[in-house]
Amino acid sequence: MSTDVTAKTPAPAPAGKGGPAGGDGLLQLMMDGMRRNMRQYGMLFALGLIVVLFAVWTGGDLLLPRNVSNLVLQNSYILILAIGMMLVIIAGHIDLSVGSLTAFIGSMAAVFMVKHDLPWPLALVLCLAMGAVAGAVQGFFIAYGGIPSFIVTLAGMLIFRGLTEIFLEGQTLGPFPEGLQKVANGFLPEVGPETNYHNLTLLLGLALIAFVVFQELRDRKRQQEFALDVLPAKLFALKLVALVAAVLVVTLLLASYKGAPIVLLVLGVLLVGFGYLMRNAIIGRHIYAIGGNLPAAKLSGVKDKKVTFLVFLNMGMLAALAGLVFAARFNAASPKAGLNFELEAIAASFIGGASMSGGVGTVLGAIIGGLVLGVLNNGMNLVGIGTDWQQVIKGLVLLAAVGFDVWNKRKVGS
Amino acid sequence: MAGPVLEMRSIVKTFPGVKALSDVTLTVRQGEVHAICGENGAGKSTLMKVLSGVHPHGTYEGEILFEGEPCAFKDIRASEQLGIVIIHQELALVPYLSLAENIFLGNEHATRGLINWNDTLRHATELLRRVGLDDHPETRVADIGVGKQQLVEIAKALSKKVKLLILDEPTAALNDEDSGKLLDLILQLKEQGITSIIISHKLNEIRRVADSVTILRDGRSIETLDVKAPETTEDRIISGMVGRDLEHRFPERSPHQPEAGQAPALEIRNWTVHHPIDQQRKVVDDVSLTVRRGEIVGIAGLMGAGRTELAMSVFGRSYGRYAGGTVLKDGREIRTKTVPEAVRQGIAYVTEDRKHYGLNLIDTINRNISLSALDKVAKRGVVDEHGERQVAEGFRKSMNIKAPTVFEPVGKLSGGNQQKVVLSKWIFAGPDVLILDEPTRGIDVGAKYEIYTVIDQLAAQGKAVVFISSELPELLGMCDRIYTMAAGRLTGEFPRAEATQETLMRQMTKDKEVTR
Repeated sequence: MSTDVTAKTPAPAPAGKGGPAGGDGLLQLMMDGMRRNMRQYGMLFALGLIVVLFAVWTGGDLLLPRNVSNLVLQNSYILILAIGMMLVIIAGHIDLSVGSLTAFIGSMAAVFMVKHDLPWPLALVLCLAMGAVAGAVQGFFIAYGGIPSFIVTLAGMLIFRGLTEIFLEGQTLGPFPEGLQKVANGFLPEVGPETNYHNLTLLLGLALIAFVVFQELRDRKRQQEFALDVLPAKLFALKLVALVAAVLVVTLLLASYKGAPIVLLVLGVLLVGFGYLMRNAIIGRHIYAIGGNLPAAKLSGVKDKKVTFLVFLNMGMLAALAGLVFAARFNAASPKAGLNFELEAIAASFIGGASMSGGVGTVLGAIIGGLVLGVLNNGMNLVGIGTDWQQVIKGLVLLAAVGFDVWNKRKVGS
Repeated sequence: MAGPVLEMRSIVKTFPGVKALSDVTLTVRQGEVHAICGENGAGKSTLMKVLSGVHPHGTYEGEILFEGEPCAFKDIRASEQLGIVIIHQELALVPYLSLAENIFLGNEHATRGLINWNDTLRHATELLRRVGLDDHPETRVADIGVGKQQLVEIAKALSKKVKLLILDEPTAALNDEDSGKLLDLILQLKEQGITSIIISHKLNEIRRVADSVTILRDGRSIETLDVKAPETTEDRIISGMVGRDLEHRFPERSPHQPEAGQAPALEIRNWTVHHPIDQQRKVVDDVSLTVRRGEIVGIAGLMGAGRTELAMSVFGRSYGRYAGGTVLKDGREIRTKTVPEAVRQGIAYVTEDRKHYGLNLIDTINRNISLSALDKVAKRGVVDEHGERQVAEGFRKSMNIKAPTVFEPVGKLSGGNQQKVVLSKWIFAGPDVLILDEPTRGIDVGAKYEIYTVIDQLAAQGKAVVFISSELPELLGMCDRIYTMAAGRLTGEFPRAEATQETLMRQMTKDKEVTR
């Protein structure tokens, strides 16, 4: 304990001067941290900017509780796809088939539930399994057959689109059972006493805040135990406050309308689950390793083929989930469903920090990238910009995001 | 003595946060071969990039005089116009274009955008003859060996009317035979009046071709020595490079005493491997060898002798087509059909090509170190990041990896530090047998000594070490026993006391002629 004493005695003297110097240090630290994760912070910043821009432009309509709720529902399927696509791109591959697969699974869902009246939970499980099989077949050709993923999934894109039209005979098929609609379109149930807010959503928000704070504190404590560097106390507090504020705002917005959409909960679970998987699980490390340097990963004992296979199996399953959500939201399976979804998911991944050559990117990045596109879509709709110009603008945003990254890397590198 | 053709005065080059060159002066005389040597990170490549215009005028301080005229190159083209041509360590040839197309790439014989093939082929043939190649100019670059590719690069330089040829570690990827040819060519070009600057780690090469040598250390030019002077010995050059007298280039080690009756840690019996494409060709032919615990066993051989192929094939059949042979560990036969199996059996293979086969360059030090043994820092498939970080910190200190934190991307480290990361990775995997393939290739003298020390410690801990190298002095300095290989076969086995460079070299080249 003598170390404590010696550390404390001289403390008052520098503390006086330390104020401004500490402030500079804080700014410096933040700048350093930003520079190291430029892409992600940059995109988070851009997302904030776009939100503010459209919030002002629409006279606040963008942030109306109803619209926030809508935004989540509108973009959920792209976000689900983006998570899977991020993994595929990190592994050094690409999947062009997910849009068609989304439509195909939607059509199968309609065949099961509308034509054959299967109970919806059973049909849901069947559909997810079919998605996994579709992904696994493609993954088999890519991993064990050695055919480039671009080719295999281009073939898949054609095949699944064709099969969709065959099964639906070119018609739109619906409506879906109410149970499924409630899951895809519905909100958490009302419970408890009458307040002006949605109680369960509030509770969930509070629980999330408690969880985040607990997690951060535990992490910090463990780092200190291991005698590793930690963020300075001020910066840590700032980070914590920002996190809590963000969760709180979204919670209040959602709770003042109908509450949290069920799909948001699903997305949250996927984000946390896959984020954890990619960051902490061995398989996550192996995905980064095969994307970063395949020969080196092989010689390190990574089972590259199995990992690639699993990544595509997972993508198929997530595409199935997206297909179900999409079909249930529009209450019909259509042969034209999921058109260009693969491109949106790929764009979201690249905006969110993925690299063409693989080995780089995070699940959170994919979500941020997807939200950038989603808010742009939604905001431009609200202010009445036509789909023609929307596409032009989204294209420019993609170009700008990746261009900024390339420019930033060159500046740091030289 | 001829006057200076090139003078670089007080060159200072700063990158954000680092001073790469703090004061370099270089004077190269007309018609000489001038060597530049120094440890990795001493500033050799940066200096040559300043000279050739890769770093344009204005981004550095100091002045450059070529043939007495001050120069201000804004790009590589500008320096090439004056006849300064640089050949980089990584060859810049397009594999699927022909030799002729490569030679004149960017400099085509053409009228109004259309290539004149007759002129191109005639001129290319001429240039290829000049560098001693008799291949047809329409051969694809991919179809000739690395040694010949290096000569094609020189032919390309000649096509640009080169006056000053800069070669950045030209023999790093070549075997001794090809290196010899290349060095001869440099001497021939010298007779034709072409001045050369050669950057090299290999002191014997410098002694063979260079007239003078300039030594760089920590971004400064330390001294220029006359290579032909009797007092310029290899040790003299080394002491200039490291800034201290290097009395011992290898750690002291007492020879290993095998314990009687103990089975060898690793035994390879009758191992045969065929070439992956040309399946008639035996790349490794009936090789049997043993390594005991605590022993360092060298494998000496020229490039193409099958050393790397033997090691990679034993390590999870990572090369070629297996055609027979068994592996025994501690006297028991083991399966090493896949890399995970080999790792599980306690075998580690540290590759000769760390950039392509050893490291994920875009990832951090800690994640590279843990990759081959993630389950050691994981519970139920989940990696403990803090534990992993501690492991990496431990290696950073014990291996003296020069990096501010373990979160530095490996691609930013120097060659020697990258090699330390690869070694750390395999030491962390906790093997009983380590196969080290050219562990000191392309790294500087100081780092070499550190790596020798680590290898010595591993042996002292009772691990069996296979040390593959084409540098005979390091095998003689480190190994207890040395095998020689030639054309895929073992051609000799020598205890340390009986081996000399001459006897080894004789066995390394012996069978090659016989089999042809």
